[in-house]
Order: sequence, then structure tokens, then C-alpha cells
Amino acid sequence: MTEVLDCRGQRCPLPVIALARRLPDLPVGATLRVLADDPAAATDIPAWCRMRGQQYLGSPSPHAFDVRRDV
Amino acid sequence: MGVSEAYFDTASAAPLHPAARQALAAALDDGWADPARLYSRARRARQLLDAARGATAEVLGVRPDELSFTSGGTAAAHTAVLGGLAGRERVGRGFVHSAIEHSAVLHAAERHAAAGGTVREVGVDRLGRVDLAAFADAVAEPGTALAALISASHEVGTVQPVEAAAEACAEHGVPLYVDAAQSVGRVPLPFGWSLLSASAHKWGGPPGVGLLVVRKGTRFVPPGPSEERTDRSTDLPAIVAAAASLRAAHAEAAALAERHRVLVDRIRATVAATVPDVEVVGDPDDRLPHLVTFSCLYVDGEALLHALDRRGFAVSSGSSCTSSTLTPSHVLVAMGVLSHGNVRVSLHRDSTEADVDRFLAELPGIVADLRAEAGVVDL
Repeated sequence: MTEVLDCRGQRCPLPVIALARRLPDLPVGATLRVLADDPAAATDIPAWCRMRGQQYLGSPSPHAFDVRRDV
Repeated sequence: MGVSEAYFDTASAAPLHPAARQALAAALDDGWADPARLYSRARRARQLLDAARGATAEVLGVRPDELSFTSGGTAAAHTAVLGGLAGRERVGRGFVHSAIEHSAVLHAAERHAAAGGTVREVGVDRLGRVDLAAFADAVAEPGTALAALISASHEVGTVQPVEAAAEACAEHGVPLYVDAAQSVGRVPLPFGWSLLSASAHKWGGPPGVGLLVVRKGTRFVPPGPSEERTDRSTDLPAIVAAAASLRAAHAEAAALAERHRVLVDRIRATVAATVPDVEVVGDPDDRLPHLVTFSCLYVDGEALLHALDRRGFAVSSGSSCTSSTLTPSHVLVAMGVLSHGNVRVSLHRDSTEADVDRFLAELPGIVADLRAEAGVVDL
């Protein structure tokens, strides 16, 4: 089951900070779904994944972003 | 400007060039009459306007009758897009533009779409350069009336392949509009375009003066009543000042660009080396000489801007929290680069090496303090 991190109502960079705090708790290969409705999240979550060597899997629905822990 | 303030937001508004100040004072004395009247004083005003037009056209390398003055860069961009589209309505109603155009162009595109026109937006790569193949494909679509490509990104500085885009447009008989607001008076202009706009307060002229060039043979129908039909509604002293400062800026441009290029290279290298988790964006080489943009991970852009302001640095930001709409810069979004903690530094003719070095010395501590306050130091 995919872990869900609910950051709705938070303004950037808070959802990215929450993602950076939560993802290391998950095992490598696990997926975290971030819920965020700040318009910057759609850009900043994939950018964070790129900077941190994690895998951005895409946005399955509006305001939802899936990240897989790769490292 | 206070002595301790380092003004780094020329891309929004350049401080008034001394040549503009001088010309403005003279024109306020000598150029207040209505240039459309027939007495000597009016003829004097008309001469000033004609001289300003001639000097400006010469710098741009166009004919004086191809140039008109508008009430600003935004008005010039709106007129270029809507007038260029209206002029080719019989061909079609398609408008092609890059994803990184100035908001003035995007707003004109929205207006066009709302009126039933078709708008095709072409993406950019990670460095902020338009996808030329996609641009050419979009232009080739039947019914394309006009294409727009900014000369260089006003947010990240990346120079756009305007001449190659113009060739693709020419193949299909589509006029190309170039928003050259960040290039005019700084760097040589590209060739091949049909319409061009610029804004005086980006090169050190007064605010409230825009340039619109429509090359001979370009189909163009001004939207709404023509602003300059009689040259009476224009701000003549401001136009005179704009022309004088453009000529001065143009004369200084090569030397200034060389100086700015060195300083911006230093900012790019030093910020990347001294601020952890920073993304310096835009093309490192093929870029505007005076402008650099970077984003600091986990830092709130508004907080960073205010912290810098308190230390005497005026910069702008493309972060969502600093915009009136609370959306991030569409340029950073199109590039897919980090949008929070964003800072744009743009230098002007009086920016000094000491200003830049003080900025580079203070920035790492400012970012570190903000990260410590937010508790994100080891993330």
C-alpha cells in the first residue's frame, strides 16, 4: 500500500520539506504519495527528486504526486 | 539610491540613465507643445519627436516609419500580438508562442483564445531554451497567423534561437514577433523577425515608453484606435529621454556586457560553491550578460527576498509566495526547475564589483539562517 503524506493547505516549500522528512523513513523502493495543492508543488516535487536522486513517478490525479525512494 | 543599497533588479526597471535625465529636463522645457499643431513651438516639438524616432530607429537598425512609440512595453507587446494576428485573420487564427514569453504576451494570447482564436504553446528544455523542432512544427500547422519568441528569457537569461525560429516561420510565410525588452540597448538584435517590441525603462529610459517595430511588408492591423495616429497622445519628453538613453546605452553596451558577464559568471560559480543545495538555472554561457537566477532548496522565497532587502540587496523572485497570484513563475515551471527560494539578480551600469562581492559574502549566511529557523538544515 502506498503511504500518503497530506500537505494540502500548506504553501511551498512546506510540502517539499515534509517529503524530505518523511521519505527516509520508508524502505528503499517504497512509494510515497504526497497530497499538495500549492501550485508550486507540481514543479518543486519533481525538481526535489532530481536534486536528491529519488524517483518521481508522476501525478496520478490533481494535487497528488508519487515519489519512490531510490537511495 | 542610498549608498548602502545594492540594486539588483534592472530586469524589472533600470535606474534612469544620466543621458535620460538630461534629455528629459531639456525636453520638458522645449517639447511640451502639441507636435501636431502648426506654430513654431509645435514644429519644435515635432522636430524633437522626429529626431527621437530617427535615433531610436538607427540603434535598432530599422526605418523610422517602421517604429512607433507606445505607452510602455506591455502595451507594445499587446499591440504586436493582437495587431499581428488581426493582420493575418484571412489566413487563420492560430498563434504560436514559447512557454517562457513575458506575461504581457501570455495575456494577449488569452485574449485571442477568448475571442475564438487558437493558441499553441511550445515548451522549453531544462536550460530554458525553446524546443526549436516543436516550434517549427507548430508554425507549420495550417492557419498559423503569428508566432512569438522572446529574444532572451527575462527570468533566467537564456538566449533564444530567434534566427532559426525566424527561418522556420519564413518557410511557412508566418511573421515572427520578438519581445526584445531584455536585449535592446544591451546586446545585438537577431535578424529575421517581422515585429519587435521593447521597453525604455529596461535600458535606463523613463517608464511609460515602449517601442513597437513593424517591418515593411508585415500585415498588421492595430487593435483599437491607433495610439500614435497623430503623435498627440504620446509623452514627448519621455520619448526624447528614452531615445537619448538608448543611444547612450547602445554606445556603452559592449563594454558593459563584458563587465557584467564576468560578474555574473562569478555569481554563478560562487553561489553554486558556497550555498548548499542551490540550483543555478538558465544557460551558463548563451545567456544575457547581466542576469542570473538561482533557487535555494527548502527556503521560502518571500522570506529570502525580505532578508536580502534588510541587508540592502534589492532582488526579484519567481517564487509563488512573491507573486500576486501565488503561482510560481511560469518560466521556472516550464523549465522544470525548483521554483521556491528563487532569486533573480540583474545588474545595471552602476552595479559595482564591491556590491556583487558583498552579496556573495552575505548570501550563504542569510540562507543558512533561514534554513536554521525553518529547521531544515540536515534534510
